[in-house]
Amino acid sequence: MYRDQPDRIRALVQEDRVHRDLYLSQELFELEQEHFFANTWTYLGHASQVPDAGDYLAQEIAGRPLMMVRQADGGIRVMFNRCAHKGSQLVSDSCGNTGKFFRCPYHAWSYKLDGSPLAIPIKTGYEGTRLKECESGRGLSLVPGVAVYRDFVFVRLSAQGPSFEDYFGEALRSIDNLVDRSPVGRLTLAGGAMRNIIHCNWKMYLENINDTVHPLSTHESATRAANALWAGKAPDAPKPMAMEQILPFGAGYEFFDNMGGRVLPHGHSVLGTRFSIHSNYARLGDYEEAMRAAHGEEKATQILTRSPQNSVLFPSLSVKGSPQAIRVIRPLAANRTLVEAWAFRAEGAPELLFERALSYNRLVFSPMSVVAHDDVHLFESMQKGLKAEGNEWVSLHRDHHPGDAEVAPQDVNGTSELLMRNQFRAWADFMTLRMGATA
Amino acid sequence: MTGVPSDLLLRETALCDFVAQEAALLDEGQYEQWLDLFTEDGRYWVPLLGRFQEDAHSHNSIAYEDRLLLQLRIQRLRDSRAHSQHPPSRCQHVLQISRVEDVDEEAGTAVLRTPFLYIEARGEEQVMLAGSYRHLLVRTPDGLRMQQKRVDLLGAERALPAVQLFI
Repeated sequence: MYRDQPDRIRALVQEDRVHRDLYLSQELFELEQEHFFANTWTYLGHASQVPDAGDYLAQEIAGRPLMMVRQADGGIRVMFNRCAHKGSQLVSDSCGNTGKFFRCPYHAWSYKLDGSPLAIPIKTGYEGTRLKECESGRGLSLVPGVAVYRDFVFVRLSAQGPSFEDYFGEALRSIDNLVDRSPVGRLTLAGGAMRNIIHCNWKMYLENINDTVHPLSTHESATRAANALWAGKAPDAPKPMAMEQILPFGAGYEFFDNMGGRVLPHGHSVLGTRFSIHSNYARLGDYEEAMRAAHGEEKATQILTRSPQNSVLFPSLSVKGSPQAIRVIRPLAANRTLVEAWAFRAEGAPELLFERALSYNRLVFSPMSVVAHDDVHLFESMQKGLKAEGNEWVSLHRDHHPGDAEVAPQDVNGTSELLMRNQFRAWADFMTLRMGATA
Repeated sequence: MTGVPSDLLLRETALCDFVAQEAALLDEGQYEQWLDLFTEDGRYWVPLLGRFQEDAHSHNSIAYEDRLLLQLRIQRLRDSRAHSQHPPSRCQHVLQISRVEDVDEEAGTAVLRTPFLYIEARGEEQVMLAGSYRHLLVRTPDGLRMQQKRVDLLGAERALPAVQLFI
């Protein structure tokens, strides 16, 4: 229905609404794997996960098995986790150290850390054959697009497509804000990941990251319980970290509207440009002093006062500067998504900031989170509800003005659905980028 | 452990009964009574690395909750606007016989390890988890109480669907 039909695909995204097939169609999911994730830049992992030469991290992206490998010279390479011989995966642990080379467990073909061929048993058997001229004789296939930005590793699966800088542009400032929170500019991914399987389309999760109108009704039960437990406490009573993090979820529409947002080209966004639910965590004098020493007064203040709710590096990564946490969205099927929440330790910053990130991820992104339970329930509910007849469209009308998606960057109010329309517009663009001329 | 404790509360039967009763309260949805089984500084802990995790600070946990957070969880479950509880979740704890790992009569504490299967059902869906509990029990004037209930899941790091009640 949609293969080789870019016009049909583009017609699914109207200015103010999107068609349900974006969430429901397994055919579109397969085309996303083939086209969309070939054209876009996807977050793979963090360089701190492979600190030493020979360290690898295996990660499936858009159905392809990849691995990022720390080289002997300190660089990072990303290659496909597939033996050039018959296709076995070279590593089957999710991470580890391979030593000085990779050796396939099946027939002992081996490769250097950079993927080039090292040795093949019974070499004489290949004399006079075409092996050397074939892909199989050239070693491991490298991923065409790899970019390491301040230790964040991204890949683009296609050899063509937008350059890394052009693709992300201003959105990279959100990574800067996170990294600069370390006075020495170094982060380490630590403490493990909250890993969730959600039975919904990945775009549903991604648009929810920019949805400020849902907390009041979706999270009503969690915030009501938190407020009831905290009722009667003096306004200046010191809050336990968990309360400090959960109570702001109950903020009203006006709060969320006023926090402001910013849409960026290619689907990226910043939500909470003015302030957010993360703005009022207890301040830490010594740390702020260290930050001023590292960055100077003006820049330190700029870094520390900027705490957006979420910055989306479309389509795979959501960043919080405070708490120091990221979410990674991994589509598994049209109706199945893996979401991981990771925390960072910022070198030179107090351990309390790391604890904040752990605590936040546990409270809000754990499979046992009382906040996430209601989100997950509603995502899965929409995935079912959209099969209803009578209306094949999902409304994105809030604050729509004809042509408004043409302008990016653009500052918007915090409850504007332009933050989502901007994602879907980018989806249609990157989906059809190389599908050929329209009929 | 040497000899049979003179304190009846710390004898094997009493300790094992406590663990069985604790799970039964959860299966019956008697969360408030269940919460009363914790000491004031009691903790409910589901480490992300299961039994390999050393502490709750250097690595994250699926849950690490004091009484305040446990109370929050229970109050939310009782709220009619807890959307994810329509339909409601039910659970069944299937326990293997507890093994008493340690008893300190003087301190009035005991440690038990209890392998379990945990089944949580909701509507047409069912989640099954396996693992073992490590109960740290203390003697109080009101009887035995949990200082910590640690839930060591098998494969705690794998991606999980929502787990909404208490494992």
